[in-house]
Parts: sequence; C-alpha cells; structure tokens
Amino acid sequence: MDALLLPLIVACPLLAAGVLFLSAGRMPPLPSCVIGAGSVGLSALMAVVLAIGFLQTPPPTGALHATLWSWMQVEGFSARIAFMLDPLSLVMMLVVTGVGFLILLYACGYMHDDPDIARFFGCMTLFVAAMLVLVFSSDLLSLYIGWEGVGICSYLLIGFWHTDTANVTAARKAFIVTRIGDAAMLCGLLLLATRAGTLDVASVLQTVTTRPADLQAAIAAFLLLGGAVAKSAQVPLQTWLPDAMAGPTPVSALIHAATMVTAGVYLIARLHPLFASIPVAMTAVALIGLITLLLAAGSALVQTDIKRILAYSTMSQIGYMFLALGTGAWQAAIFHLVTHAFFKALLFMAAGAIILRVHHRQDIYQMGGLAHAMPGVFAAFLAGSAALAGLPLLTAGFYSKEMILQGAWHADPMLWAGALLGAFATAIYIFRCVFIVFFGPRHTEPHGRTGAIMAIPLVCLAVLALTGGWMEMPDAIAPVHLLSNLLSPLFGAPMPEGPHWLLWAGSLVPLAGIGVAWMLWQPRTGTRTPPENALARLARAGWDFDTLYDVLIVRPFTTLGQLNQTDICDRLSDATAATARAGGRVFGRMQSGQVRRYAGWIAAGTVVALCLGVRP
Amino acid sequence: MSAASPTHALLLATLLFAVGMLGVLARRNLLLMLMSIEIMLNAAALAFIAAGARWHAAQGQVMFLMILSLAAAEAAVGLAIILRLHSAGRPTLDADTGNRLKG
Amino acid sequence: MSDLPFILFSLVAAVAAIMVVTRAVAVHALLYLVVVLLSLAGVFFALGAPFAAMLEVIIYAGAVMVLFVFVVMMLNLGRSDRDRERHWMAPAVWIGPALLSGLLLIALCTTLRTIPPTAASDTMAPIGPQSVGLLLYGPYVLSVELASFLLLAGLVSAFHIGRNIRGTGTGEP
Repeated sequence: MDALLLPLIVACPLLAAGVLFLSAGRMPPLPSCVIGAGSVGLSALMAVVLAIGFLQTPPPTGALHATLWSWMQVEGFSARIAFMLDPLSLVMMLVVTGVGFLILLYACGYMHDDPDIARFFGCMTLFVAAMLVLVFSSDLLSLYIGWEGVGICSYLLIGFWHTDTANVTAARKAFIVTRIGDAAMLCGLLLLATRAGTLDVASVLQTVTTRPADLQAAIAAFLLLGGAVAKSAQVPLQTWLPDAMAGPTPVSALIHAATMVTAGVYLIARLHPLFASIPVAMTAVALIGLITLLLAAGSALVQTDIKRILAYSTMSQIGYMFLALGTGAWQAAIFHLVTHAFFKALLFMAAGAIILRVHHRQDIYQMGGLAHAMPGVFAAFLAGSAALAGLPLLTAGFYSKEMILQGAWHADPMLWAGALLGAFATAIYIFRCVFIVFFGPRHTEPHGRTGAIMAIPLVCLAVLALTGGWMEMPDAIAPVHLLSNLLSPLFGAPMPEGPHWLLWAGSLVPLAGIGVAWMLWQPRTGTRTPPENALARLARAGWDFDTLYDVLIVRPFTTLGQLNQTDICDRLSDATAATARAGGRVFGRMQSGQVRRYAGWIAAGTVVALCLGVRP
Repeated sequence: MSAASPTHALLLATLLFAVGMLGVLARRNLLLMLMSIEIMLNAAALAFIAAGARWHAAQGQVMFLMILSLAAAEAAVGLAIILRLHSAGRPTLDADTGNRLKG
Repeated sequence: MSDLPFILFSLVAAVAAIMVVTRAVAVHALLYLVVVLLSLAGVFFALGAPFAAMLEVIIYAGAVMVLFVFVVMMLNLGRSDRDRERHWMAPAVWIGPALLSGLLLIALCTTLRTIPPTAASDTMAPIGPQSVGLLLYGPYVLSVELASFLLLAGLVSAFHIGRNIRGTGTGEP
C-alpha cells in the first residue's frame, strides 16, 4: 500500500501536466487551476497519509522501496527506475508537495487573467513531478532525470512571458549556467558508476565506505559539487538566479526559492558519506557557502528591485545550507532548507501580492507607506522577514540558523564569525526592504484587494514561518528534537551544543541588524534614495560577476567562434552540399520526361548490371 | 546435342529481346513501341518455356500463362491510351512529346 | 532431322522481329509481328510445350493481334504517316539503341556460354495441358487469381481511359 502510494504521488502532477499540455492552451482558466492545484493538492494529501504511516510504523530497513522497472542492464552496469522513501526524502516530499500546493493555490489567484494559464500550470505541475522524481529516486540516474526535468521546467517558466526578449535571455542564461553544472554532475555520476558498477545510492555509498577515498572519489565529489553549485546558485555559478526573477512570481517562489534551488543541498545531503570521506570537499563546500552567503547578503543590501532582493537573499540562505553541509551539520542544513522554503515562499508570495497591487512595479523606492493600505500582506511579509532575519524564539528561521551557527562553531570559529556577520547583514537588508516598502511617504497608490485564494496560502505559510521551527529547538530553550530524531538513522546523532553564549550571540545579532536598519531607513529621517557610490554599484550588479564572465569566457568564446566560422569542418559540409546540388542539377537533366530516354537509361542500367554480373 | 536444346532457345530469346529493345529505343511511334514491347515479352516467355523444357517441368508453361495475361492487360491499357492520345489531338503518336502531357 | 522445324521457326521469328522494328507502315509491322508470334508458337511446340504453343496462337496471334489491328484501323493512318515514320527512322537515330542492344546481346550470350551443356531434351516427352492444368489449379492457384486481378484491372482501366472517346472526334465531352 505505502509503496504503491510513492509512484502515485509522482504520477498525479505528471498526469495533470500531460492533460494541461495536451489541451494546447485551449483550457479555460478555472479548469486549469483546478487540475493544476488539485493534482498537487492530491499529492500533498497522499504525502501526508504516507508520512503518517511512515512515522507510525517505520519500515524495518528504515526506508520504503518501490522499484518501477529496470532501465538498463548490461555487463558491469545496471540502472533502475526506483523510488525510495527514507526520512530525508520524506521531509523533502512534504516540503515539495505542501509548499508546492500552497504556491499553486496562490498562483490560481495571481495568474487568473493570464491567457496562457494552461501552459503555466502545465509547467508548474511538470516541475512538481520532476522535483518529486529527484527527491524519491534511489538511483542516481533517475535522480538525474528529475534534476534535468526541474532544469527544463525552470527554463520554461523563467521565459514564460516569452514575448519580452529580456525574459527569454534570462531563461537562456539560467539554462546555460546550470547546464555547465549539470555536465560536471553527469561526469561525476559516470565516475561513480565506474567505481560501483551501479548508480544505486545505497551501493554507491557502500563503495565509499568499503574502499578508501582515493583521487577518483575526490574528483567525483568535486564534479557533483559543481552540479550542486550551479543548481543552487552558489559562487561561482550564481549569476543566473537574480535574472531568473524575470518569471512570474509564483515561479520565483516555488522554483527559485523553495524547492529547485535547494536540490543541490539535497544532493549533497543524500550523498553525505561520500563528501564526509573527503575533507577537502567538505572544506570547499563550507567555503563556497560562506563566500556566497556574504557576497549575496552584500548585494541584497543595495538592490532596488524587491524580487532581486529576495533572489540574493535566497542565494545567501542557500549559502547557509552549504555552510552547514560543509561543517557536517547535515540536520541543520535540511532544517534550514525546510524553514527557508516556508519563509522565502511566503516572502515571494507577499512580494507578488504587493507587485500586483502597485501596478506591477518592483522598485522598492517607488512603493512606500503600504502598511496601512494592505495590512494583511504587511503582516505576512513581516512574518517572513522576521523568520528570514531570525528573530529569536518567535520564528522558524532563528532555530534553523542557530543550528547552523552551532555547527559552524564546532568546525571553525572563523566560519562561525562569517556566518554571524551574514546573519547581521540579513537582518539589515530584509528590514531595509520592510521599512522602505511599508513605511514612510507613499509613492504609488495601491489598487484592488488581495483575493482570498491568494490570502489563504499567505496565512498558512506565515503560520509555518513562525511556528515551523518548533520541531527542533536547542536544549537551552526546550529539549525538542523531532527533526534530528527523524533524520538520525541517516545522518547519525547531531552534534553536541556549544556554550550558551553562542545562543545569545545568535539571538542578539539579528536584533542589532534590525536596529541598524531602523536607524538608517526609519520613516522620518531615513534616506529614501538608493546609495550611489562605487561599492554600492558594484554590489548591486552582483559584484560584476556577469561582466567578469563576459570578458573571461563569453567574449573569447564568441571571438573564437567568429574566427572559426569558415573552418575546415565547415568547408567539408559546404563541399558536400555543393556536390549534392551539382549532382542534383546533372541528374535533373535526365528527368526530361521523354519516355524513350527513360527506357534508354533502364536499358543502359541493365546492360551495365549484366556486364558486371557476367564478368568471369 | 540437339539443335532444339534449351540453350539454343535461350539464344533465340536473347536475340528477340535485343531486337525488341532496339525497337523500343529507336522508334518514336507509340504503336511501334508497343509492338516492340510485345516482342520483348515474348522473348521472356520463350525463356521460361526453354527453362521448363530444360528441367522437364510444367512450371515454365505456368509462367508463360502469367506473361500472357500480363501482355493482354498491357496491350489493352496501352492501346486505350494510344486511342485516347490520337483522339485528343496528337495524331502523330510521337513518344518524344509525352513530356508535354501536363495541363 | 527433328531439329529442322526448330531451326526454321527460329530463323523466321528472328528475321520477322527485325522486320517488325524496321517497318515504316504500321500494318506491315503488325503483320510481321503476327508472323513472329506464329513462328514462336512453332518453337514452343518444338520445345515440347504444345499447350503454350496453342495459347500463343489463339490468344496472342488471335486476340491480342486483333486488338492491334482494330486500333490501327481506327487510327486511320495514311501516306503522310508513312513518310513521317521514314523521316523519324534516319540512320543516325539507330546508332545509340543498336549499340545498347548489341552490348546486351553480347553480355547475355557470354552468360549463355557459361551454362553447362544440358541434357538432351528431345528424349523427353512433351508436357501436355494436363500437367500444366494440375499445377495451375493446385499450387499456383493464387497466381491464377492474381492474373485474373491483373486482367480485370486492365479491363477497367482500358474502359476508363477510353470512356470519353466518341467516334473520331476530339474526345472532349
């Protein structure tokens, strides 16, 4: 029964995607919404049933398995399409289906007057299906299918409004940059396959434990890290995420905040014994996370577009998760992944509600004073901001970030210090956004109301963003360890907690950040213009990674391409074409339409064939 | 070896075939081309009969019957086309103007 | 001396065939074609296939040739047609086809020379209609059906093509 539910959860949105795509855009909005949100809702329902069953009577092996079919079976390698439900995929499943359902519900309201709504929901449900495949796969090859599936859906949805060139360019950029990572990841998978003879996760990890970590394993780990870095928008392949905000806001909420971009975190957590056996890789993961979280937080401080602020914030928060992974605090990474999905989806959806009501403006300096006009959205955004900043005790973000900080302290106090600095910056940039958008003089008069269908997901996620952290608390506050206990069969016991003053530091820094933000951007005396010095400009452009890549990679590549436009290979194919054309012209003469000529050619062919045939 | 051996019959068939082909290729009149085709068909039929005689099998004559029906059908259709062409304003029955049939 | 009919008929057939393809008047060619068919019937008889010989006379030289004669009559050919045929048969026209046919003849004859000497056929009894009929309505019944299909198709298409011809007019409805 349970093992049967597993493929059904995937099949539900997949079927919906098929129906929506096959309608070829002719399906009216209401059925599109019902099918799109309903199928994911059904998946969420089944996921809850499955989760309850799993928690009440855990399977003896610690995981449910459902092998769908054997994909390929050759000497020395076998691959199956197989699903598995263990605590890690259980958590991910609940996040994907639960948050996914809420966001799709929200999208029903957000997209209701879009003519292409069927295509939108088709892509969204396809994305959910692909993400579930990614999460459920017990075989890395089928995981890779899901990995590419979410990539293509991300591409399709970033460029959803494809009549605007900028959107399409952004989509292409996201696709190409993640493709670089995907290529690395595929190489890594192949390396692992040559070691283990299969890509089954359990067998691969067993090979890691039975064979000492050698250079090959290290290379494979780094290649997989490349894939994870590109997918999760970490330095140095982070440039695509801010541009990806060109897509509709529900897409940003679901794909580029809550689920897809955390796939890299999931991948590393899934293969954590491999990474744990290679200290260099662990250090690299932690450093990448730290650098990303600081750079992205710095960028977020000076952005003027509300969605770009949230995009940089997403990069920064995933940087936290990478930091946690790199310090071996696996539970902390997954915990933060979950809470981040709650509060970042909430923030994006609240931002979407604001954008809808201020005539699709996204510049925060054109908003202002919206707290009175839309108190509900303000409350939701405030809840999300508090969770993101990590307001102590009250919010989910506090607990998960605290856990990461503890892990970082154990690994290296320098990492801890960097992460604490990041937390400080996080509180500043998000409350800068809050103060500028919701307080002060009003620049744009909002119109309309936020409908119930958009409000319900906001309320649900606001509650989750505030209370979702209570499933895991430090011992100093309350000995609750639901998530750690759930995940401990997979990750082992969590680390012991550090001294109490760590907790105090982690609690006070966000408060200090909010205070600084209040001092700088308070309604009466705060500045209402974006900073314009050189450093701010650099940070606003994402530290100019785009320009750097343009100079270092893109331009040499295109120059090389232009130089090489008529190379020998080209000549070869051109010559083939020319020969074919000339031959066509010659043989075309034969088609004169004269019966006797044709008969003559037939006779000549017969004679030649005979002469060849009778040659002694 | 008798002169009436299948090998000699095959020689005759070859000769007839070549002559028929000569007619098809050289004549411009469709009627004459059709007659030449009849000669070629007969050459093929003769080859079958000769083969039947060589192995003393009745299958040769069976195949001859097939060729006979083929030739009958071909003559019927071909002659109908010739009549049609003739009545449609091409009394010369010139095969080389066949490429101007369209329209 | 039993070879005499074979040699005779063969020579007549070969010469008559050459006459067919070289005549300028259609009726002459047609008559020579009848000669070819009749002499071929003789050759068949000499090869021990009396049934085929009879069919050749009755169907080919009879029915099919009558068809040709009818058509030639309907075409209403005259002196001008003969002159045009003469004009079309300029010597230069024959070079290419003759070359091709000659090559074909040489190639086929070379092949025939490689055939090992055959057993004497004249010792064998002729194959009568009975054995042919047994074969035709035994294992080859399907091909008989196919032949009937072919004839039906020929009938239908000839009827269709000739449908709108009215007398010797333009044929346009």
